[in-house]
Formats: sequence, C-alpha cells, structure tokens
Amino acid sequence: MNRQPEYGSSATAPESAVEPLFGEAHESANRCIRCGYCLPECPTYRSMGREAQSPRGRINLVRAAAEGRIDISGDMASPLDLCLGCRACEAACPVGVPYGRILEAARTASASAAPATGDQKRRRRAERIVLRHLFPHPRRLRLAGNLLWLAQTTGMKSLALRFSPQGIVPPALMALGGAPPPIDSPRRRPAPGAVYPARGKRRARVAFLQGCVMDALLHRINALSIELLREAGCEVIIPRDQVCCGALHAHQGDPSGAAALARRNIAAFNAAGADFFVNNAGGCGAMLRETAHLFEDDPRILPQARAFQEKWRDLAEVLVEFGPLPVRKEFPGVVTYQDSCHLRYVQKAAEAPRILLRMIAGERFREMDAACDCCASGGIYNLLHFRESMSILDQKMKNVAKSGANVVVTSNPGCHVQMALGINRAGMKNKTNARHLAEVLAECVLDRDGGSSES
Amino acid sequence: MAPECLERLRSIFPGERLLLDPADRLSCSFDASFGEYVPEAVVQPKSKEEIAGVMRLANEFLFPVCPRGAATSLSGGPLPVKGGLVLDLSQMRARLEIDRENMLAIVSPGIITGDLHREADAAGLFYPPDPSSSAVSTIGGNLLENAGGPRGLKYGTTKEYVIGLEAVAPTGEIFRTGGRTVKNVTGYDLTRLIVGSEGTLAVVTEAIVRLLPRPRDRRTLLASFPRFIESGRAITRILASGILPAAMEMMDNACIRAVEAYEPCGLPADAEAVVIIEVDGHPRAVEDEIEQCARCCREAGARDVRVASGEIERDRIWRSRRMISPAIARMGPTKISEDATVPRSRIPGMMERLVGIREKHRLNLVVFGHAGDGNLHPNIITDKRNKEEMRRAEDAVGEIFQAALELGGTLSGEHGIGIMKSAYMEKEVGEAGLAMMRRIKDAWDPNNILNPGKIFPEPGRIKVNLTE
Repeated sequence: MNRQPEYGSSATAPESAVEPLFGEAHESANRCIRCGYCLPECPTYRSMGREAQSPRGRINLVRAAAEGRIDISGDMASPLDLCLGCRACEAACPVGVPYGRILEAARTASASAAPATGDQKRRRRAERIVLRHLFPHPRRLRLAGNLLWLAQTTGMKSLALRFSPQGIVPPALMALGGAPPPIDSPRRRPAPGAVYPARGKRRARVAFLQGCVMDALLHRINALSIELLREAGCEVIIPRDQVCCGALHAHQGDPSGAAALARRNIAAFNAAGADFFVNNAGGCGAMLRETAHLFEDDPRILPQARAFQEKWRDLAEVLVEFGPLPVRKEFPGVVTYQDSCHLRYVQKAAEAPRILLRMIAGERFREMDAACDCCASGGIYNLLHFRESMSILDQKMKNVAKSGANVVVTSNPGCHVQMALGINRAGMKNKTNARHLAEVLAECVLDRDGGSSES
Repeated sequence: MAPECLERLRSIFPGERLLLDPADRLSCSFDASFGEYVPEAVVQPKSKEEIAGVMRLANEFLFPVCPRGAATSLSGGPLPVKGGLVLDLSQMRARLEIDRENMLAIVSPGIITGDLHREADAAGLFYPPDPSSSAVSTIGGNLLENAGGPRGLKYGTTKEYVIGLEAVAPTGEIFRTGGRTVKNVTGYDLTRLIVGSEGTLAVVTEAIVRLLPRPRDRRTLLASFPRFIESGRAITRILASGILPAAMEMMDNACIRAVEAYEPCGLPADAEAVVIIEVDGHPRAVEDEIEQCARCCREAGARDVRVASGEIERDRIWRSRRMISPAIARMGPTKISEDATVPRSRIPGMMERLVGIREKHRLNLVVFGHAGDGNLHPNIITDKRNKEEMRRAEDAVGEIFQAALELGGTLSGEHGIGIMKSAYMEKEVGEAGLAMMRRIKDAWDPNNILNPGKIFPEPGRIKVNLTE
C-alpha cells in the first residue's frame, strides 16, 4: 500500500478556473488552523455527519482545488453546493476565517467550470432559471406566486409535483401555496417614489428596500413594516429604481450579476437623502451590509459602496432604536422565534427581534431549543437540495413542537416559507403558523390593517 | 486496495457508510496538527461487530486502520500516515447514559465531550477533564489521547475517570476491561493501558467513566506580576498553603501583548506574567480560599490582583484566556503548539530556557499554559510556506523537548506523541523502556495494523519534521 495514495480518477490538470480561485480564496483558506471548532455549529455536518460536509472540510477542499490538487467541478463542487451558506461557522471560528468569501469564490469557480454530473447540470439549469429569469423580474415572480397559489387551490399540486424532476422545484413553493399569503390588490402595494410621513415627531428619515421576493409574494409585510416604521417616528421613502439585493446571485457564483444589481441600488439609495436604509429580510440585509467587497478592485465606486453599506439596518434594529412602539394589545398565544442566520451571524442582530417579541408577548415568548440553528431554507437551497434541506427542517420542527408555540416568527422570507413548509410537513397546520416579525408586531401596535391578518 | 478487499468492505458497510470519493478521503487526511495523508477509503461504523469485521479484513489483506474522532489532535493521532483505511468513529454515538446512583456515565466513542459535560451537569454531576476542544472533540479521542485541560492540577486527566471499556482488538476480538466499580484490581489494568495508547492498541467502542459531585461554587482571580519569577513564587506559595485550585493558568508578556492588541481585556502590557486562579468547592471554603490566594499573590509581588465578584466578571477574566488562541493566530497562519511539561518547581527554569530558544532561533514564540501542573504551551507562530523559518522552528521544537527532559519533565503533558514527537521517545523513556512498549504493541497487533507510524520513531528519523 502506498504511503501517499493517488487521488481519484477525477483529478485533472489545472483548469482555467483554478487560477482565479487561487487568487480569491487560497490566502483565506490557508488561515484555517483545522481546530474543528466550526464542526458542531454546521447544520449540514450535523445532519450528514461527514467531514466533507463541514466548514473545515470544505475550506480544505477549496484550498486543494485552488492548488490544482483536486477537480473543481467534481470533487470540490458537490460538497460546496451542499453548504447552506448560513455562516454560523464564521461566528464560531477562533481565527476569523472569512468563510462566506471562500464559499462565494468557490461557487464562482464551479459556476465557470463545466458541470461534472447530470445532477449538477439539472441543478445548474434550475439555478439559472431562478436567478436570471425569475428573481430579477418582479412581475414574473408575482405571476409565479399566483400560479402556484392557483395550482394549490385548484388541486393541481400532485400533477405539478409529478412533472418536476425529482420533486426539486415545486415543493417549497407549494408549501407557500398551501398557506398562501393574502395577495393584496396592486393599489395597496407600496409605490416606488412614495414618501410616508412619520407619525408624531419625526425622528429619522429612512429609505426602505422592497426586495424582490418580499415585494412579489409577501408585499403586505412590506406595507406593515412601513407602518411600523412610521409609528416609531420614521419618515419612510421608497427609492425609485431599486432592485433585488443580489444575495442569491452572489451566493450561487454570479458575482458580476450581484455587482450589477448593487450598482443600481447604490445609486438609488444614496440619492434618497436618508439617515438609514431599512430592510425586513435578514438575507438581503446581510448582502447589503457587505456590498463593499464586490467593489474592492474598483476604487471609483468603492467609497460610495462603503457609505452605502454602513447605512443598512434591519427593521427590528430600527424599531428598537427609535421605539418603544406603542403596544395597544398583548399578542395572543405562544410565540417562538426562528433566527435568520444572516441576520444573526452576519448582521449580528439576534437580540432586536427578541426584544420586540418580549415586548408584545412577555412570558409567552418562548425560545425553542437551537433557535439559532439554520432552518435549511438557504436562499434557494431548499429548491436545489430538497432532500438534504428537509432532513434538517424536520429536526427543527421537533423543536418548534416542543416549544408549544402557536406562531413561529421569522425575519426573512426564505425562513418564512421554510417554516410554513415545515409546519405543513409536521402536520401542525391547525395549531401553528409561520409569520413575519412585522405581522405580529402590527397586530399589537397598529390600529387597523395588521390586526385582521391571517397567514 | 484490492477489488476483492473493497467488495468485502462494502458487504460490511452497505449503503453510504463506505466513503471512496476523493472529497471524502481528502477530508479525512488531516487533523489540527501538520501534514496531509490521504486514506484509500473511509468507513463510518455504527457497531462493534462492524469494527471487528474491519479488523479481521485488515489482517487478511494487510492494510492500516486509523481510528478518527473529531480530528482535533495536535500531535497527528488520527492521521493515516501509512494510507489504508480511516475508521471514522464520530458517528458512533448511540449511547450517553448517566447512572446517577453509581455516579458514572456510559458513552459511545463518538459522543462529544461537551455533551457529556452538559448531561452530567444536568444530573448534578461533573466530568472534570476539559480539553479546550471539548465542544468539538469526541470522548473516544479524548480517551485514546488521554486528554487533559486546565483542571488537570486538581482533578487529573482523562485516565483518572475511565474505569471500564468495551473495545475491539487489532486482531478483531471484542473484549471488556474494568467495569462499573471504582475499585477493581482483577488482573492487569488493561483500561489504563488502552487509555492514552493513541489508537495503537485497540478501538474503543464504549466507555464507562466516573463522575464527581458538581462543585457548588467557584471563585476566580487574575493577578499580574512585574517579574515572571514572582508569578512562580505565588503559585508555589498557594500550593504550599494547602489550597488546591481547580485551575492556575499563566501567560507570558508576549502573550499578554498579543491579547491586548487583538482585543483589549485590560491586561497590563508591561507585566511579565499574568496568572488566573480559580478555586471551587463549598461556598464558604472557596470564599476563604480565594482570599488566601489573593494574599499569596500580593505577598509574592503581584502588582494587581482582581477577584471576580460575580459570573460576569469571572467570564471577563476567562475571556482574556480564551482570546489567546485567536490573538496569536492573527500573528501568522501557522501555529506550532507544544505541551512540554516540567515539574512545577522548574517552571521558572523552563521559561528561561524558552526565552533563550526564542532569541537563538529568532522566532515568534509565546508561552501560556497550566502553570499549576507545569504543563506549559510554548507556541511558535510562523508560516508553513516559509521553509527557512520552518526549519528554524523544527530546531527550536527539538530544543524545547530537550530542555523539558533536562529539567526532569516530559515531551507531552496532554497532546500525545503521535508523529510529532516520536523521534524523541527514546530520549525520555530510554532504549529498554521503548522496547517494553514495542513488545506490547507487537503482542497485541502482530501485523502492525492499528494506527501504524505513531508513538514509535520511524527508523532514521531523529527530529520533528514540519516541512514535508
């Protein structure tokens, strides 16, 4: 037996993607001291139990791929594809390895390399449809949501499921169809360019991000968020020409797509003359707060990007800072909170939503076990890796059930949809529902509108 | 690995627990020490019978088998240095049972040590060994490496707590050692032989560990000393006064400055040493003892003594200790962490030698460690891509070992020999001592199947090799 056995047959000569990967990720990956402190924090390591599905394993694979020792599209890509990108590992890392950056560099490299397996090809196609042809186009997204809702209500669900390859695409969106957010008439949708005055004394002027998914599928939550901000003394403007934050693009290996969207948002928001920029989606906020790294090689736009990223806040942070909100009635029932990974680990705002929930529910806000563990929504992870995602989600639902909560509150649309799906799968639909933080706050704070919502 | 051999492995591990993908094999090629050795296959056993099957197969086809827990080893314990098969035991974690009445726990090898801490605590009990990796490392790995930690001074290391094992021999027999009683003198103490054997004598499939009543209270202080020698004097005074603290951690000036530069914790940058002392036990006893510790520090020349008044302050004190690792990691990508240990009275002598080594080899060397039990952690911060500096580091490591031995100490207090220190074994245990160890290994594992290349020096290798 050899002392240093050969790698598998898939080891190939360095490809064109190797060099950029080396430049982008090798130095960062080399900082890993392999202590393994990230292992227990990683949701996919916990569910799959393999080193290759841990942050330490993945960092090492990226390093090996950057050195041309393993194949990018085959050996490196599969374990990296299965990463949720929750970045809990970054918070646990004692030496500050920038895992998020390594992951993005690896995804970019594997996106530019040829797919190695049929499975990868199928996923790549699904990814492209979603990223290029769906998310950047609000009208298509809206249409997709409505169609799915229609499919659900007319009983076409099983048909749709049968025609989707491996049940990959529809189930998560189907769950949304199963518990559809009430689609309001378009005239109630917050209008671009609109200015909403603060209620009472104006304490800040904020510019609000509508977001792509939030605007298309959950825009009522946007309307409620704006009302809550006004209630907290914020004048709210909806900058014209704002677009999707680009998080999904950056995470799926399309940094130039992300940068193009970021440029438009920098122009739109910096022109708004606001004290803060506010969003109500943990994933979008994390992306926006790290905008500058997209422009590190572009000194012309870098200062604007830095100024832009400094101004972003999550809705909950602003409501806590300018509150307290006037609570008109206590929230009925038991509430628990599912952390948005990117709100917690990237934006470091885990406390603000909890402060607000305690404010409206008091003792009836109950932490579930492992609330900070990722729910495996992961942007579009649940669409691309349905089986892996569900195994993590089903574990999470046991903790939800144990908490005895009637409402699982989230701060991100991906988590919101995933929780709704989990509740359906666990057969808890008649006693528990998933709601965005803005919805439950609105019910207790606002006079009208919020109080009557059901979702 | 021959096709027939793989076929037989597959029949033991049907489904997804036999891993052959390059990504999976590469992912089991390293630990927290040095080097990368890619195995030919990885298996994730769930039962002792599967492991016994693997061992019989390995003896038939003569391939190495290397047990692996969470791979946090700092000495190369789980590395498949001769290739072969990695036995990934991290998923073998069916059992974690606290027997409150008999004050013991029964654990599967893949149980995370931190989970054992938590479960014991929930039952009002206490599992003392606390390696800094305990949130990650498995109890199986802790056992085979005989892991220590800050509490070693008062509570001893892992071996003090293991009273029974179920194990698979290198030749495939399943056997039990010890049992559920604290007292047990029946025959040879195979339990203690296997604990700390670095996975070379048996694969542990279940362990019975002793638990203690949880201490009811604890108090902590931080003392800074203008001169290093004074910190040593304080430690000696405390121990001579009849107090046995649960932990006595020290850091040297280089370490203090690294921590303060990384995240200011209020440590005095000009102090030559800072010592953290924690006492635990009955509330009234710890109250009295912490005061006495503070007095000893002042009398020995401490400039500043801070006694924590509550959990928040205690946490702040320990925070400075926890910041050492990230702080020194910022100084360079490669950290060579040693654990040479000397009799307590020789700590000042060892510090002097370490300063000499740092200057001679022009290296960034910081020292912290468990001062109460003489277990120092000299850390060399370097960059493994700088071959010339790495060679100086190799020489320095050799001199650190030499110094520890000359002062009556040992190569390793708690990390293990592995591949990192095997070249120095004979210097510590002597030719005959090493031969006795080898006889045991040969008798248990005639085909040298289980974790070969560890503990025993490779022929011709006379010093640590960090550059290959």
